[in-house]
Amino acid sequence: MIQGQTWIFTNRPRIVSSATVGGPFEAQGPLAEDFDLLHEDLWLGQDSFEKAEKKMFEEACERAIDKAGLQMEDIQFFLAGDLMNQVISSSFTARTLSVPYIGLFGACSTSMEGLALAALMVDSGKAERVLTGTCSHNATAERQYRYPTEYGAQKPPTAQWTVTGAGAAVVMPHGEGPCITSATIGRVVDLGVQDPLNMGAAMAPAAVDTIQAHFRDLRISPSTYDLILTGDLGRVGHQTAADLLAKHDLPLPVDRFLDCGLMIYREDQPVHAGASGCASSACVTYGHILNRFRRGELNKVLIVATGALLSPVSYQQKETIPCIAHAVAIEV
Amino acid sequence: MSKKQKKKLPPVQQEYQAFAKKREPARPVVKNCIRAFLVGGSICLLGQLISTFYMRFFDFNEKTASDPTVATLIFIAVLLTGFGVYDNIAQWAGAGTAIPVTGFANAVSSAAIEHRAEGLVLGVGGNMFKLAGSVIVFGVVSAFVIGIIKVILMGMGG
Repeated sequence: MIQGQTWIFTNRPRIVSSATVGGPFEAQGPLAEDFDLLHEDLWLGQDSFEKAEKKMFEEACERAIDKAGLQMEDIQFFLAGDLMNQVISSSFTARTLSVPYIGLFGACSTSMEGLALAALMVDSGKAERVLTGTCSHNATAERQYRYPTEYGAQKPPTAQWTVTGAGAAVVMPHGEGPCITSATIGRVVDLGVQDPLNMGAAMAPAAVDTIQAHFRDLRISPSTYDLILTGDLGRVGHQTAADLLAKHDLPLPVDRFLDCGLMIYREDQPVHAGASGCASSACVTYGHILNRFRRGELNKVLIVATGALLSPVSYQQKETIPCIAHAVAIEV
Repeated sequence: MSKKQKKKLPPVQQEYQAFAKKREPARPVVKNCIRAFLVGGSICLLGQLISTFYMRFFDFNEKTASDPTVATLIFIAVLLTGFGVYDNIAQWAGAGTAIPVTGFANAVSSAAIEHRAEGLVLGVGGNMFKLAGSVIVFGVVSAFVIGIIKVILMGMGG
């Protein structure tokens, strides 16, 4: 069923299992307990950061499949994406998994883009066992989008810290676990922000656009949800989004409108305005949030993963940053 | 964003930029300047100490001591970059670590380390000057222009 830009999944596909992997910096954060596996070495014993990122993603996928009680060959489709050029981390993980694969790119919104599509496939009966996930690595993202990791450039307080981690989930028509009830596919929104060190401000309008569309399409009020989580807006972007929503007559309660990018790290970790990267929303959702569902602490959550669709070339050519956000509603 | 580009933006975007700007924490410019002054000055002081050291204990004079002094500072900066400390100091010090020769050494060595995974020729060799390359190019170009001006002025002045 479709209403506006929102899919309603009447068959309620379920997230039967999920797994998350994190790096050393994430291990020091408040959500460390929610990770399945934490690495103390940024290299993961590999000879490049790209290989380390792929390894993390493989581990997350293997664990998610294992926790669902499945074998690798049981997976019918694998929907994944990441930040690397030509989505190498996902494609190379798909090479290891050797299952039918669709590569996605939605920058940091990929987690929910994948989950929405997985839910659509399962809900429509076109698939029964879909694996979806995403990953990011601080060093690979830094080097591709900004400077070499060890380069001493001073970052402004609006800059964000790319999460080193991976998250994966298995979606099936039946089984134990919370279900996916709807998903709103976002539009690309660009309000002219050009500074790649202020991604939060660039992405906030996209998050607001998708949140508004979600409530408009479904004709529900924000109080329906226990939590509304944005993916990686960070301190600056999240506040901007909250104020924008209030301005558009859709004020969200402060205690229920949170940001994944502000949950992964402690206040005193030097991450500037908060976390970013594909793994930000993936690790928080597939780890912390689903664990809270399993403990019965949450009933209904809306995850709005935000992505900045820029490239280093577009930035150097003085283009502004187009952004997108996809929302997925998860229920008990 | 430049003023010229800003003028071209539609009103909705201009309005949002103003809206977002209000929520953006300001860069601590004064604090950054003080830190840059202190750290940059300390690096220069260290350079002076090294220079004096070379003049006192080795056979160098004020002119010739600058070469080993610069080499020593570069060596220290590269070492700190390799240990992964330089970027942390730089986040605190800002321009203080970027402007002296240590900043240049860091730009070259960090790029070289970063691209080691792609091999020695295409990786290290091809990317070493990714950041520092434009400094060299425009340094040489401006030196050339200044050189020509000097020659012309000298020629005119006789």
